[in-house]
Amino acid sequence: MAFLALDNLTKSFGSHIAVDRLTLGVEKGEFVSLLGPSGCGKTTTLQMIAGFVEPSAGAITLEGRNLRAVKPAKRGLGIVFQSYALFPHMTVAENVSFGLEMQGIAAAERARRVGETLDLVGLGEFAGRFPRQLSGGQQQRVALARALVIRPQILLLDEPLSNLDAKLREEMQIELRQIQRTVGTTTILVTHDQGEAMALSDRIVVMNHGRAEQIGPPHEAYERPATAFVAGFLGKTNLVNGASVRPERISFAASGLAGTVKTRIFQGNHWLYQVDTADGLVTVIRQNTGEAMPEEGAAVHLAWGAS
Amino acid sequence: MAYLLSLPALLLFAGVVVIPLAMTVILTFHDWGQYKGIEPVFILKNWREVFGDPYYGEMFGRTFRIALIVTVLAALFGAPEAYILNRMKSPWRGIFLLVVLGPLLISVVARTLGWALLFGGNSGLVNKVLLSLGVISGAIPFMFTETGMVVALVHVLMPYMVLSVWAALQRLDPQIENAAVALGAGPLTVLRRIVLPQAMPGILSGGVIVFALAASAFATPAIIGGRRLKVASTLVYDEFLNTLNWPLGAVVAVLLLAALAMIVIGANRLVERRYAQVFG
Ligand SMILES: Nc1ncnc2c1ncn2[C@@H]1O[C@H](COP(=O)(O)OP(=O)(O)OP(=O)(O)O)[C@@H](O)[C@H]1O
Ligand SMILES: [Mg+2]
Repeated sequence: MAFLALDNLTKSFGSHIAVDRLTLGVEKGEFVSLLGPSGCGKTTTLQMIAGFVEPSAGAITLEGRNLRAVKPAKRGLGIVFQSYALFPHMTVAENVSFGLEMQGIAAAERARRVGETLDLVGLGEFAGRFPRQLSGGQQQRVALARALVIRPQILLLDEPLSNLDAKLREEMQIELRQIQRTVGTTTILVTHDQGEAMALSDRIVVMNHGRAEQIGPPHEAYERPATAFVAGFLGKTNLVNGASVRPERISFAASGLAGTVKTRIFQGNHWLYQVDTADGLVTVIRQNTGEAMPEEGAAVHLAWGAS
Repeated sequence: MAYLLSLPALLLFAGVVVIPLAMTVILTFHDWGQYKGIEPVFILKNWREVFGDPYYGEMFGRTFRIALIVTVLAALFGAPEAYILNRMKSPWRGIFLLVVLGPLLISVVARTLGWALLFGGNSGLVNKVLLSLGVISGAIPFMFTETGMVVALVHVLMPYMVLSVWAALQRLDPQIENAAVALGAGPLTVLRRIVLPQAMPGILSGGVIVFALAASAFATPAIIGGRRLKVASTLVYDEFLNTLNWPLGAVVAVLLLAALAMIVIGANRLVERRYAQVFG
């Protein structure tokens, strides 16, 4: 049996089913992302694991024992909330120390572990500050440190990066993955950003309307989407002759599907084409290698390998 | 130019606050006699009388003692009330908010008379019932007692505390209690370590408002304390309208105002210095 197992987990609010018979096994040390559009039930799933939302049906087991029978305060999970939910009246060190205090750990040991964890997230010198005096990215790291310091069996992250700007988000993604590798904590990340999910995870769970549409490694879900929804959600896709083809798999060739270039957009490292063909509009992405590319209005042929 | 825009407000402020206040201060130095009335001279007789006669000390002591007890009780009952109110779901919250704010919607006089009817002497409803049931042997004194004033004032002023604490609680991140629970905190620890510290600025600012209003309240002490148990405001009223010793009344009024201003400003300073860093 998996380290953490969700078995037909269901939650309905009145007649609305927020999570529908979700079955998922997470291995020890694994990084799994719940990915899906807004309102698909990601947060509800996470809150059920944390114990703040009571499931309508189904089972949650951690190392074989029934987690639903354990109170939220006793589950020993580390949670990073979307809003961070830092304690504003406590300093960074006090925030991080709180969980250890609740475990009854002696002051000296507490101070050592707080220092260690703050160094891990790169906030060593901010220990004495209050949350208000920190930037968004720093607050996010405090929340992470606060969750990690109690050495949780599972780390639950609810869109921890969605409040950060694009550049900082990328930096934090790399940092988050590094920290997770170092500490080796089993992690479940909730996100609606497919790039983030694919960059960080060992496996992703693509959710829609409360159901898991596909569970698997990112590249597998990307290359072999189980449903049209997964294909569309994980990136741009073309439907040609009833098959779905990723835009970057299509190239300009001497022969193949004939068409004319309708629009051409330069995006730095690549070109984005819309080509008018007998099968309708086809999106094509080509790496920018510095070579001359077909211009708007040019007649082209499209080719792609069977994948 | 922008300063000019505030001119009308400044003029109004000067007209209705500063000038009467200055005139009151000047009045404190005038002489007064039973038959000669007010004499516009400069003497310290009234100040000497207020500071020399222990009657006034006792009266000020009573005023601020009542205000302090009322403030503490309002915080003790009002803060939990605000917390519960904040956790209520939509239809109930509205209903209970109305109940909490109820006292503000009823005239002070009607409300205080209600208390008087419930507890007043042997004929008061509550005392009658308790007496006939044999629970008490003599009527619980309410009229003309400090206890009566405190009870009635807490009732009136509680809404200010509840609203002030509620405002502070609404700034609380709804997930913050869950965050503490996830770290292993029990319900009492969450209240004491997480909720209370964040409600504290609200409790303190509510306390300042309640204290100021309790110390300067007039109608409630006038009805319950009557002319037997005086507080600063009822004493000033008596000097102005019954004894007609305006200069003496002015001294008491000025002292009350000065003491209140000092306490309010001091408390505000304290709150600001303590919380500026944390809540900004
Ligand atoms: N307490 C609640 N009462 C009623 N409906 C709820 C409640 N909580 C969530 N829902 C509904 O359940 C569905 C799933 O909500 P959930 O918060 O899990 O979505 P999400 O996937 O986290 O979305 P987002 O990306 O916007 O955060 C939504 O349709 C939401 O309206
Ligand atoms: Mg969510």
